[in-house]
Amino acid sequence: MRPTNIAALLFLGCFSAGAVAEWRLNLKPGISEISRSVFDLHMLIFYICVAIAVVVFGVMLWSIIYHRKSQGAKAHQFHESTSIEILWTLIPFLILIAMAFPASSTLIAMYDTRDGELTVQITGYQWKWRYQYVGEDVDYFSVLATPAEQISNQQPKGENYLLEVDKPLVLPANRKVRFLLTSNDVIHSWWLPALAVKKDAIPGFINEAWAEPQQPGIYRGQCAELCGKDHGFMPIVVEVLAEAEFDQWLAGAKAAKADAADAIQQAWTLEALLAKGEAVYRVQCAGCHQLGGTGISGAFPALKDSPLILNDREGHIQIVLKGKPGTAMQAFGIQLTPVDLAAVITYERNAWGNDSGELVSPQEIQALLQP
Amino acid sequence: MQTDLVQNPVQRPIHNPVHDPAGGHSGPAPGLMRWVLTTNHKDIGSLYLIFSLVMFLTGGCMALVIRAELFQPGLQLVRPEFFNQMTTMHGLIMVFGAVMPAFVGLANWMIPMMVGAPDMALPRMNNWSFWILPFAFSMMLSTLFMQGGAPNFGWTFYAPLSTTYAPPSVTYFIFAVHMMGISSIMGAINIIATILNLRAPGMSMMKLPLFVWTWLITAFLLIAVMPVLAGVVTMMLMDIHFGTSFFDAAGGGDPVLFQHVFWFFGHPEVYIMILPAFGIVSQIIPTFARKRLFGYVSMVYATSSIAVLSFIVWAHHMFTVGLPLAGELFFMFSTMLIAVPTGVKVFNWVATMFRGSMTFETPMLFSIAFVVLFTIGGLSGLMLAIAPADFQYHDTYFVVAHFHYVLVPGAVFAIMAGAYYWLPKWTGHYYHETLGKVHFWLSFVGVNLTFFPMHFIGLAGMPRRIPDYALQFADFNMVASVGAFLFGFSQLLFVYNVIRCVRGGDRADARVWEAAEGLEWTLPSPAPYHSFSESPDCDMPMQPGGR
Amino acid sequence: MINSGSNPMVTVRRLIVLALLMFGFGFALAPLYDVFCRVTGLNGKVTRNGALTEAVAVDSTRQIRVQLIAVNNEGMPWTFGPEAGDLLVHPGEQRLTHYLARNPTSELMVARAVPSVAPSEAAQYVHKINCFCFESQSLAALASQQMPLVLMIDPQLPQHIRTITLSYTLFDITPEPRQPDAAAARRIAL
Repeated sequence: MRPTNIAALLFLGCFSAGAVAEWRLNLKPGISEISRSVFDLHMLIFYICVAIAVVVFGVMLWSIIYHRKSQGAKAHQFHESTSIEILWTLIPFLILIAMAFPASSTLIAMYDTRDGELTVQITGYQWKWRYQYVGEDVDYFSVLATPAEQISNQQPKGENYLLEVDKPLVLPANRKVRFLLTSNDVIHSWWLPALAVKKDAIPGFINEAWAEPQQPGIYRGQCAELCGKDHGFMPIVVEVLAEAEFDQWLAGAKAAKADAADAIQQAWTLEALLAKGEAVYRVQCAGCHQLGGTGISGAFPALKDSPLILNDREGHIQIVLKGKPGTAMQAFGIQLTPVDLAAVITYERNAWGNDSGELVSPQEIQALLQP
Repeated sequence: MQTDLVQNPVQRPIHNPVHDPAGGHSGPAPGLMRWVLTTNHKDIGSLYLIFSLVMFLTGGCMALVIRAELFQPGLQLVRPEFFNQMTTMHGLIMVFGAVMPAFVGLANWMIPMMVGAPDMALPRMNNWSFWILPFAFSMMLSTLFMQGGAPNFGWTFYAPLSTTYAPPSVTYFIFAVHMMGISSIMGAINIIATILNLRAPGMSMMKLPLFVWTWLITAFLLIAVMPVLAGVVTMMLMDIHFGTSFFDAAGGGDPVLFQHVFWFFGHPEVYIMILPAFGIVSQIIPTFARKRLFGYVSMVYATSSIAVLSFIVWAHHMFTVGLPLAGELFFMFSTMLIAVPTGVKVFNWVATMFRGSMTFETPMLFSIAFVVLFTIGGLSGLMLAIAPADFQYHDTYFVVAHFHYVLVPGAVFAIMAGAYYWLPKWTGHYYHETLGKVHFWLSFVGVNLTFFPMHFIGLAGMPRRIPDYALQFADFNMVASVGAFLFGFSQLLFVYNVIRCVRGGDRADARVWEAAEGLEWTLPSPAPYHSFSESPDCDMPMQPGGR
Repeated sequence: MINSGSNPMVTVRRLIVLALLMFGFGFALAPLYDVFCRVTGLNGKVTRNGALTEAVAVDSTRQIRVQLIAVNNEGMPWTFGPEAGDLLVHPGEQRLTHYLARNPTSELMVARAVPSVAPSEAAQYVHKINCFCFESQSLAALASQQMPLVLMIDPQLPQHIRTITLSYTLFDITPEPRQPDAAAARRIAL
């Protein structure tokens, strides 16, 4: 920790003893050529601004110290000077022109989306991201993985509190990746500081961006456009892999689809589904319906003792698969695998005293989704 | 205010002050109805100022709810949906309820006195434009108690979050915005008519005090853009209730159109909130530097060019929506250009102080803080203008830091400075100087403690409008919250000081400040209920333009 | 400027007219913006629809990769996608392809597909000679449909553009009886 920071802490006199990640005061240079040139641009403008501030505030401070009445200063009644006024119009103008050149060239480079080797379609949902590798048949949702107990302060917060997801976007190093951004509902904004990419995802329209990450690792960002209740809870995590590892991962992701198909045909016990269902529920449902299934009065219906769940098995399955338009309840039929859907529905039908004892099987869900 | 009654012991019973010809030497009517029916610019100015103070404290409480929630990571006090309602209402109330009415209040009080007019040009419309406001804001605040909650889509209310996905209360919000818009437009028409038509003989345009000039330009901006805001909320209303699709892609509309129309209003709106502040500071600095304002003419031109430029920079709020490259470059260059006239203004203020004979009464302290902190906000604005860098700043706390630096130590400090500067003229008493200075220093420390760390957390990657955040942002958020409470509670000193000053205090003479120049200082303090019933002689050597 | 001392009502009238004009201007921004988008291709709005009036020479020296993408907007249960996601076309060449849509619910539904092109600069060079976009498409319960799309890339497409993405977002515009649960009651067929 730097001395200034310690001073700030002492000054405050109070401080939470939680896990504190490193202090950051500035942008990071990031992991691509573009992000580094954005960083350089940022520092350049920053230093120019500091220089201007030093000159202006310097003159002011000088006047405040030396031209005060209590020091016996007499006012000099000058009140205009054409030459000096032209000068201080012209000099800022020239500084601005000097700044415009590097800014424009970086911007032009950022707009050059040609020749992407890989295209990823990013779709914003309230409140999660969907990543589709165009032409590769790999398609998944990425959801906040921080447990609800950490958010409600019942558990200590983990190192990557609110910046962790179940499945990160995986990108290859040293390949130009083109992003196509759109949205399923409201406007979101996909922002990964390490790549200096921030682009709005707008329903009905498609936006383009690109990046060429150069350094393998895990990088984190967040949705940057207010998109409703859980705007603060839809992080972006990108895992950059070396090229060979990425190819391996992509092949594996495709193969996983076949495994998922096998899992549907497995014979699932109630216990196994409940255990899996609870895990799915925590990630997908607890944000609104709460861990105890109590919902939030006036906003999100309770699942505990819900008449729909207790009395209408088919209705319950339908609303999970199809969602409820005009509300935050989404159509999970396309977001989760049949196994996860069956598990979470089974869990909801048995948890919190809803003890129906019933099992909803993955095969049944599969049949509903693809008749 | 009560002092008017004290000051005018010979009360003639006036039953209906509305129909009282402005020429009489009467005092105000007694009782509450005085305030409801008043057409007197001083009364209406006071009403506006009191209203804006109430709104400032209301919006401030909401800010404290936000800062309390953000004191530590994790959700402690409020749920995310309520948090979003707080950020939305805080923004709307501060912009439309606190800053704008405060400037209109100062304009009502000061412009007729500064140009030598007996009252505003349209006194009855003046009464209307004020009394719409309490109703508009009651309607807006009532949404907090409605099913589904208050508007929760941010003060920029981007579609489709504010249309298809909005809570039912959005309709009330739309009507409230309509009412505020009508109020602002009527106020602006009144101000322009007063300045253009009611100036005393000899008061030429280039002799107008800068506060009047900046307000004239602001009023034109208001008339140009408030109708556009009314248009955009009307389109929202039609989309929500009448099946049109201005902003809905499903019907061939475009959510990005909303942002274009909104920011076409929104950017000039930003200058509406800062140009009168420039004017106030340009009145105060010469008084306490005992020196004429440097570069009066260039100040007028700079203000005008800022106003004109404000119409062609709106899309710099939208760099990330996917504008074509040419658009991005155009808006980047035009935005950078605004730095030039703004710089001229700052240089002029510094040159006014340079080789002056300065004293540091409370209004001057606030004005100096304004110049310094507004300049910091302006420089971070310059950084935000650079489109490629803006991709990293956009919608982060860096932006929050930027516009709060421009609006709190900018607009709000200027309003405080103006209030302290003119209070003796309004009430006939000096405020408590030591208390004023304590208020200033607490506010100054509080503001910087609140908003300076936000630059850091923004650059470190914290998006705005989130109720909970990752651990690396924790320390500076805590600092900001402590600062916010300091700033918030120190405003109670201001309230106390104002009340104290209204009720009594050291008597002020007509000129109030040693080196104050201008027509308003030729009137006795407190300014009589009816002033300049006969036009003053303006060929006296006056401060601004020179001849 | 109006002289001091003249009738303020003249000023007031002019200002009221100005305010009303600006109110109208706010609305005028909607069509103006549309025209602006057409000219610049802002937002990837595709506007070249309908048959070509003149023959266009095929430029076989260039090959453009056209990516076709489908997006379902919120609450849209149809399966919807291009039959071929990737096309290689010469500028000037007319190419027929299809989008496939299937309504898996047990009710008749109406949808509308809204097109968008990336990069937006290319939007004005994408001619859709035959297109299902913007028209409402209704599909009976469990029905499927092939929706034809004939497109042609203008040979004047700037040289630096080599890949064009054409996306369709499908919106549910089924007229609904306004009861709260009507939509949720629409069952996926068993």
